[in-house]
Amino acid sequence: MNAMTDAGLLKDYEANAAALPGAGSGWVDGLRKGGVHRFEGLGLPTRRVEEWKYTDLRTLVSDPFGPADAASDDVSVPDMDLGAEPYRAVFVNGHFHAGLSDLSGLPDGVVALPLAQAMQDSAAFLESYLGRIATLGRRHFVALNTAWLADGFALYVPDGMTIERPIELVFIGATGDTRAAWHPRNLFVLHPGAQATIVERHIGETGTYLANTVAEIVLATGSRLNHFKLQDEAPDAFHVATTQIHASADAIYENFTLMTGSSVARNQIAIELQASGSSCMLNGAYLGRGKQQLDTTTLIDHAAPDCKSSEIYKGALDERSKGVFQGRIVVRKDAQRTNGHQSNKTLLLSDKAEVDAKPELEIYADDVVCSHGATVGELDEHALFYLRARGIPLEEARGLLIDAFVDGAIDEISNAAIREAFRSHAKAWQGGNS
Amino acid sequence: MNILSIKDLHATVDGKEILKGINLEMGAGEVHAIMGPNGSGKSTLSYVLSGRDGYEVTKGEVLYKGENLMKMLPEERAQAGVFLAFQYPVEIPGVPTVTFLKQAMNSVRKARGEKELDAFEFKKIMDARLKELSIVNDMVRRALNTGFSGGEKKRMEVLQMAMLEPSLAILDETDSGLDIDALKTVADGVNALRAEDRSMLVITHYQRLLDYIVPDHVHVLSAGRIILSGDKSLALELEEKGYADIVAAAA
Repeated sequence: MNAMTDAGLLKDYEANAAALPGAGSGWVDGLRKGGVHRFEGLGLPTRRVEEWKYTDLRTLVSDPFGPADAASDDVSVPDMDLGAEPYRAVFVNGHFHAGLSDLSGLPDGVVALPLAQAMQDSAAFLESYLGRIATLGRRHFVALNTAWLADGFALYVPDGMTIERPIELVFIGATGDTRAAWHPRNLFVLHPGAQATIVERHIGETGTYLANTVAEIVLATGSRLNHFKLQDEAPDAFHVATTQIHASADAIYENFTLMTGSSVARNQIAIELQASGSSCMLNGAYLGRGKQQLDTTTLIDHAAPDCKSSEIYKGALDERSKGVFQGRIVVRKDAQRTNGHQSNKTLLLSDKAEVDAKPELEIYADDVVCSHGATVGELDEHALFYLRARGIPLEEARGLLIDAFVDGAIDEISNAAIREAFRSHAKAWQGGNS
Repeated sequence: MNILSIKDLHATVDGKEILKGINLEMGAGEVHAIMGPNGSGKSTLSYVLSGRDGYEVTKGEVLYKGENLMKMLPEERAQAGVFLAFQYPVEIPGVPTVTFLKQAMNSVRKARGEKELDAFEFKKIMDARLKELSIVNDMVRRALNTGFSGGEKKRMEVLQMAMLEPSLAILDETDSGLDIDALKTVADGVNALRAEDRSMLVITHYQRLLDYIVPDHVHVLSAGRIILSGDKSLALELEEKGYADIVAAAA
C-alpha cells in the first residue's frame, strides 16, 4: 500500500473546477484532468515511497483541506531590501493580488503576468510549455498542482534581454482558521542570451495551510536565471515546492533557498543539463526548531558533456527539528568531462535534533570529476569557551558560531543586496524572530 | 585586599585529582610566575581560574577581588576582569576578528555598566592598540586566528588583552611554539601592559620567557601543589639544576 488518504485534497473538485480560470479551454481542461487522474491513482506519498522515506506527512493528512478563499484585503507585504526596487507580483492564498503588485516598467517584449490572466492573453505561450517540463510521472504533488492549475506567475524574457531589477514573487498565506490548500504554478522561459533575477518569498503568519508550488523553467542557450527563494511560511503550514528546469547549451541556473518556516517543508529541485556547457549552482540553508521537518531534495541530471554543477547546503537544527537532504546526481553515458560537486553540512544544536543525509551519485560516463561530502556536527566546545573567556555571553557566542556556519552557504548568493537580505533573515531566525 | 587569593584549591578532571591543595596570594600589580614540569597541573590551574567545563573544584576557594570566582560563569569572569591568554588560541573560521573584538569589548563594557562602543569609537581604539603593538591591520580583517602562525596567534592574544584591559591576566605557556624573535615581540607587548592595577600570572615550563617578562615572585608547581616559592632568582636556579633536583630537595 503506497498511497494514503488524499486528505480531501480533491474534495468537491467537480463543483470547483468549472469555475477555475481557463475552464472550457480544451488544453487547460485536458491538463487538469490528467492531474486529477494521476493524483487519484497516487494519493499522497507514505514513507514507503523511497523518495519520501524521511519526511513524514502524517500531520498533513490528519484533517481534510479545502480550496482556499480568494484574497482577503487586510494583508500587507513586509519589506525586504533587495537593493534595486523590484517588480512585484503578490499572491494571497494562491490568488493574484493586483493591489499589492506592481509590474509596471518592464521592458517591451517581456511577458510577466499572473497565470490566470496569461490563460486568456498568452494562451499559446502557456500551452507550449505548461506540463511539459514538470511532467506528472509519479509525482504526487505535481499531479495535485496540475489538477488545481489556476494561478501563479508566467514570465517570458526575449532573446538577449537582461532584466536588471529583480522580479519579486510574494506568496502569502493568510487563511485564518480555515484549513486550506493552494497550488501556484510558475513558468519562467528565458530565450537565448536572456537574463533575469527572481526572488520568491513564501510567507505567512498563522494558519494551517498547504502551499504546493510547481515551477517550470526553460533556459535557452546562453541564458541565465538567478533564482532566490525564502521559505518562511506560518509555523503550522505545509510547504511543498517542485522546481523543474531544462537548461540548454551554456545556460546558467543559480538557486539559493533559505528555509526557516513551515511545520513540514519540502523543497525539490530537478534540473536537466541538456546541452554542453550548461551549469547550475544549487545552494541553500535550512534552519529549524520546534518540531519542524525541512527537506531538501535535489536531482541534477548531467545529460550532455562539459556541464558543471555545484551544490552547497547547510543546516542548523535546534530542539526537535529534523532536516533531510537527498541529493542525487546522475551523469549519463555521454556526459563526458562532467564536473559535479556536492556538499551538505548540518549543525545539530540539540540532542533531539536530527538530520538524514542521502547523497546519491550515479555515474555512467568515465571522464568525470565528481565529489560529494556530508557532515553532521555540533558547535565546537573549544570555540564556545574561547568566546566566553572573552566576555561574550553563551547565547551570543552560540549565535556568532551559528552565523559563521550558515554564512558559508549564504556567501554563495551572487547578488550582493539579496545576499545581505538573506543573511539578515538568517540572523533574525537566531533571535527567534523568523 | 589581594587581587587573587587561592586557598587549598583541589580540582579534578574526569574524576582524577590534578590540583591537590594550591595556596597563592597575589597583590595588585604583581607579576607571579608559576613554573613546573609537564603534568604538574599548570594548564589545569589556568582553566579552573577561567571556568572551563570539565574542571571540577572539589575543595578550597578562590577569591578574586574578594568575590568567589568559582561561582561565576566564564563570561562573567572575563567581564569582571579576568583574562586568560590561551596556550592554544582557537581558530574560528567564519568569524571575522574585528567582529569578535567588537563584540567582546562591548560585552565587557555592557557588563561593567559602560556605554557600548559604536563602530567608529571601536575602530579608533582598535587602531591605537594595533599601532602600539605593531600589528598589521590585515590580521584583524581575517577570520579569528584562522590560518594564523603561532606568533600571530599569541600576538592576537596580547591585542585582546590590551583591548579588554583586565585586572588579572593569566598567561598560559605564552612562550610555547614561539621562536626567540616572536617571543621577544610578544613579551614586549605584555610588558607594555604591566600596570599598577594589573596583576599577571605567568605560567611556563621554561625559564627563558622570564628573561623577558620579569616576575616579582616565582612558584614551583609539582604534582598539583606549590612546593617552593621565591623571587626571580628561583627561576634561574631551576634552569640550572632542573626540576628533578628542586622537586627532590623540596620533598
